[in-house]
Amino acid sequence: MRAKDVLGRRGEELAADFLEDQGIRVVEQNWRCAAGELDIVAVDGDTLVVAEVKTRSSLDYGHPFEAVSPPKVARLHHLACRWMGERGLRLPRRRLDAIAVLAARGEEPVIEHLKGIG
Amino acid sequence: MALNGLEGRVIEVEADIGNTLPGFVILGLPDAALSESRERIRACASNSGIPLSRRKITVNLFPASLPKRGSGFDLAIAVAAIAANGEIRGTERVVFLAELGLDGRLRPVRGVLPAVAAAVRAGHSRVVVARGNAAEASLVPGAEVSSYRTFARLVLDFGADPKELNLDFDPAEPEQRRDAAGSMGPEPDLADVAGQHEARFALEVAAAGAHHMLMVGPPGAGKTMLAERLPGLLPPLDDEAALEVTSIHSLATQGEVRTELIRQPPFENPHHTATCAAIVGGGAGLPRPGAASRAHRGVLFLDEAPEYERRVLDALRQPLEHGKLVIHRAGGAASYPSRFQLLLAANPCPCGKASGKGLECSCTPLARRRYFGRLSGPLLDRVDIQLGVQKISRLDLDSQGENEDTVTVRDRVRQARQAQLERLGRFGLETNSMVPGKILRGGLRLDRASTRILDAAMDRGSLSARGYDRVLRLAWTLADLAGDATPGGDHVGLALALRTSEATT
Repeated sequence: MRAKDVLGRRGEELAADFLEDQGIRVVEQNWRCAAGELDIVAVDGDTLVVAEVKTRSSLDYGHPFEAVSPPKVARLHHLACRWMGERGLRLPRRRLDAIAVLAARGEEPVIEHLKGIG
Repeated sequence: MALNGLEGRVIEVEADIGNTLPGFVILGLPDAALSESRERIRACASNSGIPLSRRKITVNLFPASLPKRGSGFDLAIAVAAIAANGEIRGTERVVFLAELGLDGRLRPVRGVLPAVAAAVRAGHSRVVVARGNAAEASLVPGAEVSSYRTFARLVLDFGADPKELNLDFDPAEPEQRRDAAGSMGPEPDLADVAGQHEARFALEVAAAGAHHMLMVGPPGAGKTMLAERLPGLLPPLDDEAALEVTSIHSLATQGEVRTELIRQPPFENPHHTATCAAIVGGGAGLPRPGAASRAHRGVLFLDEAPEYERRVLDALRQPLEHGKLVIHRAGGAASYPSRFQLLLAANPCPCGKASGKGLECSCTPLARRRYFGRLSGPLLDRVDIQLGVQKISRLDLDSQGENEDTVTVRDRVRQARQAQLERLGRFGLETNSMVPGKILRGGLRLDRASTRILDAAMDRGSLSARGYDRVLRLAWTLADLAGDATPGGDHVGLALALRTSEATT
């Protein structure tokens, strides 16, 4: 496995733990279908949360949030619908989140959580 | 500040840092150059050691529905974005005018003088500009000018934490051209002109009363030389005029260091191949002042007048009539003041040899008429003095040492101007050329005896009503130069002779 994939995996683990610490229950990770992949699907009270995780080891290539583009946001909406259809889980509200993990070498990882990205 | 012609409007810049995906948005109808400022600001801020927030920055340029143009807003937007992050304070009510370089330096912009003047008029006296614009901004009375070379130093003064700031960067000012308009170099002197007594006198009259003049004569007679010496005879500009002229030149040029107001009346001499836009003003985007506006409060000299495009000559009627030029563009209209003294020079005919006895002229009468017909009737009608300039003889050339110099004539002109101010002040006018017909025939009416020649000419049909008024204005100037209180019959007669020329009738 390539180094960047290892980093990404680690970031997703950190993100999942982060959400759990906040009382948001993680329901599924790395769900795939033909149209794409969802990093984390979770439940926050009565809201279904779909979280996109971006991990970076430095800010050299931009902040992790800068990698979440408008087409990606549109695709997340679409994927969320498909997930709900497949799992049969319907909640009154739905929200898209972004989680940025800055894991610089030799330092404590910094996690930022942006709720409701559009 | 947003400039429309010489009028300025205060633009308020507000910024908000939001909690959505990262981005940098500028609202308020920015044009392409302004939209590009986002990248400039980002690089400038990060190279100065005070990077922009990585969150969503929304900047609004108020009023939102007025289209904004140009790169002069860079600094204001950058300051607003940094202030929104809480890293600096005290920026409200201060006007920021500069472009930003990617390396963090402040760069001067065009049109600082009129922008700062407008800001002060609107009640914002604190102004921050690039070091290169400091002298120009300081010319505005009442302006409290601060200037910086780098963005880092600027934010430091507004309370930024010096820890991360890049304060070592101190760019040297590039060699800037000293402004040429403040001092015109060795001034052409009237003493250089040999002979031509009639023309010198006409020039003096033109200077004294600010009259428009046409010179007709063969090539080499000295028309251009005479024209170049007119500005030297004119009095220096007063404060209000100097501010106007310097403002126009500030907008017209870039990169000149301006340390003092322009006091010398400007002299513009556009070539006859110049386009309408070059003379009247225009250009894409922000309409720039043309030669006719740069000549405001000075002299516009059109050499070989019939060679100019018809459209150009027609376009000059607006400033000659109203003293301003309105340039219409898709985005609106910009108005520039344009009150100048017009000097026209022409050959007597297309081949140039029709003067004196005109024996060598090879043009047909039709060609001659057509040549002069290009100077339209309405344009010529506004020219007060029409003068024939003949070739000088060798005798004249030899006696060069005895000619009066500029300083002597300028003094007489100054006295004549003084007399005009005293007389015309109560009407709100400055020179005889500005006096409207109503006053000429009303408050400043002359008696029958003096105007006898004019009345006869008008009855004969060789003088129009407008021409009548023009001769009266000249007569007043002649009286002022002679030191007389009112023009008598002899002044009127001389004025009539100055007005009509055998070359054009």
